[in-house]
Amino acid sequence: MAGHAHHDAHAHGHGGHGDAPAHGSRREYVIGFLLSVVLTAIPFALVMTNAFADSRITAGIVMLCAIVQIVVHMIYFLHMNTKSENGWTLMALIFTAILVVIVLSGSLWVMYHMNLNMMPQMSGEMSTM
Amino acid sequence: MSDTLTKLIFGRLTIESFPIHEPIIVMTFIAVAIGGAAVLAALTYFKLWGYLWKEWFTTVDHKKIGIMYMILGIVMLLRGFADAIMMRSQQAIAFGQNEGFLNAHHYDQVFTAHGVIMIFFVAMPFVTGLMNYIVPLQIGARDVSFPFLNNFSFWMTASGVVIVMASLFVGEFARTGWLAFAPLSGLDYSPDVGVDYYIWALQLAGVGTLLSGVNLIATIVKMRAPGMGLMKMPIFTWSALVTNILIVAAFPVLTAVLAMLSLDRYVGTNFFTNTLGGNPMMYVNMIWIWGHPEVYILVLPVFGVFSEVVSTFSSKRLFGYTSMVYALLVITILSYLVWLHHFFTMGSGASVNSFFGITTMIISIPTGAKIFNWLFTMYRGRIRYELPMMWAIAFMLTFTIGGMTGVLLAVPPADFVLHNSLFLVAHFHNVIIGAVVFGTFAGINYWFPKAFGFKLDRTWGLVSFWCWFVGFWVAFTPLYVLGLMGITRRLRHFDDPSLQIWFVIAAVGAAIIAVGIAAFLIQIAVSVLNRDKLRDVTGDPWDGRSLEWATSSPPPDYNFAFTPVVHDMDAWYDMKSHKYARPTEGFQPIHMPSNTWAGIVIAGVSTVFGLAMVWYIWWLAALSFVAVIGVAIFHTFNYKRDFHIPVEEVIETELRRTADLQAAGA
Repeated sequence: MAGHAHHDAHAHGHGGHGDAPAHGSRREYVIGFLLSVVLTAIPFALVMTNAFADSRITAGIVMLCAIVQIVVHMIYFLHMNTKSENGWTLMALIFTAILVVIVLSGSLWVMYHMNLNMMPQMSGEMSTM
Repeated sequence: MSDTLTKLIFGRLTIESFPIHEPIIVMTFIAVAIGGAAVLAALTYFKLWGYLWKEWFTTVDHKKIGIMYMILGIVMLLRGFADAIMMRSQQAIAFGQNEGFLNAHHYDQVFTAHGVIMIFFVAMPFVTGLMNYIVPLQIGARDVSFPFLNNFSFWMTASGVVIVMASLFVGEFARTGWLAFAPLSGLDYSPDVGVDYYIWALQLAGVGTLLSGVNLIATIVKMRAPGMGLMKMPIFTWSALVTNILIVAAFPVLTAVLAMLSLDRYVGTNFFTNTLGGNPMMYVNMIWIWGHPEVYILVLPVFGVFSEVVSTFSSKRLFGYTSMVYALLVITILSYLVWLHHFFTMGSGASVNSFFGITTMIISIPTGAKIFNWLFTMYRGRIRYELPMMWAIAFMLTFTIGGMTGVLLAVPPADFVLHNSLFLVAHFHNVIIGAVVFGTFAGINYWFPKAFGFKLDRTWGLVSFWCWFVGFWVAFTPLYVLGLMGITRRLRHFDDPSLQIWFVIAAVGAAIIAVGIAAFLIQIAVSVLNRDKLRDVTGDPWDGRSLEWATSSPPPDYNFAFTPVVHDMDAWYDMKSHKYARPTEGFQPIHMPSNTWAGIVIAGVSTVFGLAMVWYIWWLAALSFVAVIGVAIFHTFNYKRDFHIPVEEVIETELRRTADLQAAGA
């Protein structure tokens, strides 16, 4: 069977894969781990200490940390780069990102208008009906 | 036994759950029971169980799994069509005093089951089956990337089928329409088991669909024959690639929406309820984010089938190959930008509606480009009017009109008039029957000789073709007319007697289609009986152009003794025109995956889990869930997953092929 390595009883683990993607060094994992810890600690600290009076600023920073966290995971734990799997990994990522943006922003846009037009009482605009 | 104990053991399954008061269902059950018993008895009498288990149920061969998908689709087509006939007859007679033969409770289940079955358990198995069978052959591979996963995916689809069929005789099916819109599908308005049957059937089948999508993407990306660059791939394989990308991107949305609906129903969350901050409009929004790509998941593979058929039977290279590929890619992205056109009338306002109306109209451009490419492929070609080509031409005529009514519906003000009317029903049957069903029949007639080594009977094929083609138009033109008069869908009874004639005509159309389905079954039976006369030993009965025609019919287990090397598009045509000489020596043992029982067992236990969840039998649900995990883990310790076909066997098979080819004078 071309293209698909089968495990024989004697070939456990990853040793049997000749063309498997790189699994990263200890150094990479440590960097990734430290970055994740920091990016998790910041949001917790902000929320627990009430660092900003305006909760929107806190929410914004938390979201930002979450996005950076995703990138850290992809680079240090999933070992994604522009060259892995002949660029298919990157292409799949871009495609996924486009769809996620379409679906999330589209849904927010659609649902905002739906709620505005069809459920005004939920927006506290009962008087306009 | 105390009441609590009974409830603990049987959940909400009681003796009243069996619909013995419904004569139609009882008669159906008796017929199914007798027929089923006859089949089981025949299998036992002819000692076929071992054969079925060893050669089919546990197989990891993509060809056999593809055939099983097609059989599943045909069986469920009969079930779904039975529902259609019931609806057409009910609507043809239920006027004025006449209440028809279906009560509202039953009628609502019938139209829901019809939609669910036709999309998930007829159209999906058909396109998955075609892709499974053909794609590895077209790219010169020996199997898919993950053969066990392929077997498992099939059985998970079958598991969904079992759950839907169980709802016919135990309890009831959903009465919500095929997408089970909230809040109607919530516990407040559908407290019975119907929606739970719906949820678990789709969730289990969804696992199979998703995994088969992953499998085929990996196969196409990683296992193409040397030399087959992306732009040398056969167009059917291209369409399979983008289809499976759509599957992998879209089906998780369906899974998530149904999971939230189940949380609403099982643990009392309020995602889609009317109260406590729930928002039913969000359900409609999200299920169509899956639902629109789904229609392209169904239609793109058959676009691929038609491309192959038109090119082969026009004896010409496909016109505009590159534009075909780009059209597929554009449709892939655009299919995620149009979902709101399914609910223009829900009230998102002018700006949102305009955006989605325009994107919807834009999507007809790449689709139209494909139609012109097929026409230009035929232009000045030597067209052979074999059965697949006839289906392809019927498709072009039918689908173009269906597409145009779709563009009418894409205009938001027009949609406010036509929404949920029979015009819509006529439109989507026009595109789904015109494309998916016609494409499936084109594919079956085209690739049947590859799968079984003999062609399908032409006479009965023509009967089937004309009955489907004429029957479709007789059945659905009246619905266009009625829709323009303002008649809405899913009605059980009418007061205005002037409408009756249209429904009678539609029922006649459905009857003609029924003859078409019967003729198709007869066509297969007649062909099997006359198989020696219809035999093709060359493996290339249509003067084909892609690699599946390079091997024998049916192909050996290993597909190709040597992996072909590809130099040009239409690889097999290129090989033939360069006087390709088939290698007759130097064979090697061939490394193959072993059959496995794990797929059918895990899927079987999952079915039990689904049924237990439907009936609130918690102990059984917990037990079967643990069993699924346990069996899956146990299976990972199976190290005997592959074997080598000995070289003697390869030589023997290939020598037989050489002799066959010499006898045929090739």
